[in-house]
Amino acid sequence: MSLPPELEEQRLIVEKIAREVGLDFFDTIFLMVDYPQMCELAAFEGFPRRYPHWRFGMEFERQHKLHGYGLAKIYELVINNDPCYAYLLEGNSLMEQKLVMGHVMAHCDFFKNNAYFRHTNRKMVDGMANHGVRIERYMDIYGVDRVERYIDNCLSIDNLIDPYRMTDAAMSPTQGGLHGVHVDPRSNLEVPRLKSEKSYLEEWINPPEAIKAEREAREAAQLERPRFPAQPERGIMGFLMEHAPLERWERHIMGMLRQEALYYVPQRQTKIMNEGWASYWHSRLMTEHLADSNEILDFAETHSATMAMPPGQINPYKVGLEVFRDIEDRWNRGQFGAEWENCDDMHTRENWNRHLGLGQEKIFEVRRVHNDVTFIDAFLTPELMDRLKMYNYSYDQKRGQWIIESRDCAKVKESMLFQLTNYGQPIIMIEDANYRNRGELLLVHQYDQVGLDKKYARRTLENLAAIWKRPIHVRTIDHRGKTIVWSHDGDKFGTGNETAQS
Amino acid sequence: MATKPDMLNIERDHGRFKEIVKGNIRKNLKEFISSGSILGRRGKDKVSINLPQIDTPRFKFGSKQSSGVGQGDGQPGESLGGDPQQQDGAGQAGQAPGDHALEVDIKIEELAQILGDELELPNIQPRGRKNVASTKEKYSSIRQVGPHALRHFRRTYREALRRQLVVGSYNKDNPVIIPVRDDMRFRSWKSEKAPETNAVIIYMMDVSGSMGDEQKEIVRIESFWLDTWLRSQYQGLDTRYIIHDAVAREVDRDTFFHTRESGGTMISSAYKLCADIIAKDYPVDEWNIYPFHFSDGDNWSLDDTDVCMNLLRNTILRASNTFCYGQVVSAYGSGQFIKDLKEHFGDDEQVILSEIAGRDAIMQSIKDFLGTGR
Repeated sequence: MSLPPELEEQRLIVEKIAREVGLDFFDTIFLMVDYPQMCELAAFEGFPRRYPHWRFGMEFERQHKLHGYGLAKIYELVINNDPCYAYLLEGNSLMEQKLVMGHVMAHCDFFKNNAYFRHTNRKMVDGMANHGVRIERYMDIYGVDRVERYIDNCLSIDNLIDPYRMTDAAMSPTQGGLHGVHVDPRSNLEVPRLKSEKSYLEEWINPPEAIKAEREAREAAQLERPRFPAQPERGIMGFLMEHAPLERWERHIMGMLRQEALYYVPQRQTKIMNEGWASYWHSRLMTEHLADSNEILDFAETHSATMAMPPGQINPYKVGLEVFRDIEDRWNRGQFGAEWENCDDMHTRENWNRHLGLGQEKIFEVRRVHNDVTFIDAFLTPELMDRLKMYNYSYDQKRGQWIIESRDCAKVKESMLFQLTNYGQPIIMIEDANYRNRGELLLVHQYDQVGLDKKYARRTLENLAAIWKRPIHVRTIDHRGKTIVWSHDGDKFGTGNETAQS
Repeated sequence: MATKPDMLNIERDHGRFKEIVKGNIRKNLKEFISSGSILGRRGKDKVSINLPQIDTPRFKFGSKQSSGVGQGDGQPGESLGGDPQQQDGAGQAGQAPGDHALEVDIKIEELAQILGDELELPNIQPRGRKNVASTKEKYSSIRQVGPHALRHFRRTYREALRRQLVVGSYNKDNPVIIPVRDDMRFRSWKSEKAPETNAVIIYMMDVSGSMGDEQKEIVRIESFWLDTWLRSQYQGLDTRYIIHDAVAREVDRDTFFHTRESGGTMISSAYKLCADIIAKDYPVDEWNIYPFHFSDGDNWSLDDTDVCMNLLRNTILRASNTFCYGQVVSAYGSGQFIKDLKEHFGDDEQVILSEIAGRDAIMQSIKDFLGTGR
């Protein structure tokens, strides 16, 4: 499993050169694996040990099929950890192994230096293994089916975390119960009546004025009731961990799964940058230092295969690489700042060169402080978009087809930034954990032109209801632009609008 | 973490996943049976099944409402030729399209097992005298002589190593192993006797004018499941197909399901052909024979019905394990034939009658046919 001598020799060379060109990474340990092991590791997202769950088996089968049909080849698998772990596939050529090593070391540099990774757990290999052991123990105690079913519920909401609250990732599961949720017994606006034996006594036993006064008092109380949470809460998983009526082990598992989800957030926030950075460096290392003359053609072929642009998608490797190269070029030539921005003479712009040579310095700075959203926003220039042949597409209802909508730079960029915001997930927050004063949970989708998928929402709500154990509602806007509320009480799914329900 | 990642936790998870898949099929078995959707997806020993709802649900954007960014050629307004969001194979959460069910492969044996469990089908007891012992050759043995193509490298190496260690010609610093003739080992075969039971299904179907497409589809679906179950019970299963209107002929599977004639109906013609096939190809003491007949219950004349009953009683029933008659309800048929059969063979356990009112009744009908375990 450790590297054979000739690869170990190469590793030392690659590492030396990588450090010389300025990459700064954790120690990187390469392990040699065969294809079945690679599929297994890929299913486990690179970690040698995970908790038991069927979805890893499903992913394994998928990986295996892709390989069987020759549709895909996993070249690199690297874990953000200190030390970094990366896997090399047995049977790849020496050229490919060198390429992967260079690529991986650049990833490790990114993990270590990018600001968004600052708070990730650098001992996650141990962390994941510990989660595995704990969850296995819970399965021994409470039964595989029960624990697995609960994990399914938790995974349903593992995208509902607050990516800007990485720091409390280690938040320990503490309090239990409906902490802070106060269900007022007077929740029902209908005032109960005392029992009157004789109908003519009704007026005396339940005086209308008194009933009316009580009802008004209840309505007033309803309005005064303090909101909980006081501010809409985006970290739904963390909120449920603290406030849902869970048993200790359930709370614990929710906490572990939340940590895992938070661990992956920076990787999803920097997909384009991370791959672009790694591709930039593998390309430079190979062409300038590592590839022998008889390997260079093979390298070119492999490299261009990873840079392919399948229609209807963007290839993060390609876009990231091109943006980094463009930044380097622009800062080398001084194409930035007010003077550059204000220059609208085509000819001058084309030949603009101040010989500043700041390119290298700039790309290292960019890899430190940006994430995909800011990276694309700041550095994807119209010229570059044109060169990368970017367009945005949408679904044409009339034709029933996906069509290219526009090549207008502003539009394409807007569309791309939308895709990247919250890494392509809808933003959903808890608005009221004591909705209708019944301890029900009201979620709100922050609608921005795109609605939620109803089928998926329905099943997600069902899983959520199993955790919260009270009805769940989500308010969103449907395709006709109307505000609607979808609800699930654990048994039934329902659609309504807010006024009808409150 | 200096240990190597060689533990196979994935087998546990993979097994678990397969259990879930099977559970899902079990739960939706009735739906799978009535829809007939898996028929076209059959490979040699596997079926592909689209399973809904096996992925983890999360809140996500409705797919047709969102737009996206791509790269490549094309003018605004041009079609992308397909759904860009479906091509995403990268497994990014929340990117997979909503309506897309997971496609899984399941072995036909396993499918039969599920069918058997769900319908509580008893295992079939093959008729004893029909067991034929067959010999099979398996390459599971080792010999000292043989062709080099069958050389067993590891065994040969081991023998050579052992010999060199014993005679002391093994040198630790120069561990060269040279096999001599006596060290050579070759793969070889062993003959194994296996009891074999053979079975044949003879499908007969009425293709006269009154049998519509829906009726044929029902027969098609039902025969798939009958095949599946009987295949799991017998190693070699033959199937023969007979269609008939006023005359009968033997056809291949494809023709069987796609022929539509317009003539009248003489069921006896089919029974006669069936009896001929049995007499010609399937000696009764070697074969388990299952004639299935599907019709809408219309027969030309009472005389012909009498001929049928005689053929059944005197030849077909004597040769068969069971005789199964399925009557598919049709708008045009009188449905008389099943009543006649009931009258003649009502108390004969060997004759199984089933009325199939529609697709939803297929499951019950399968149970009627196979529930006896004969």
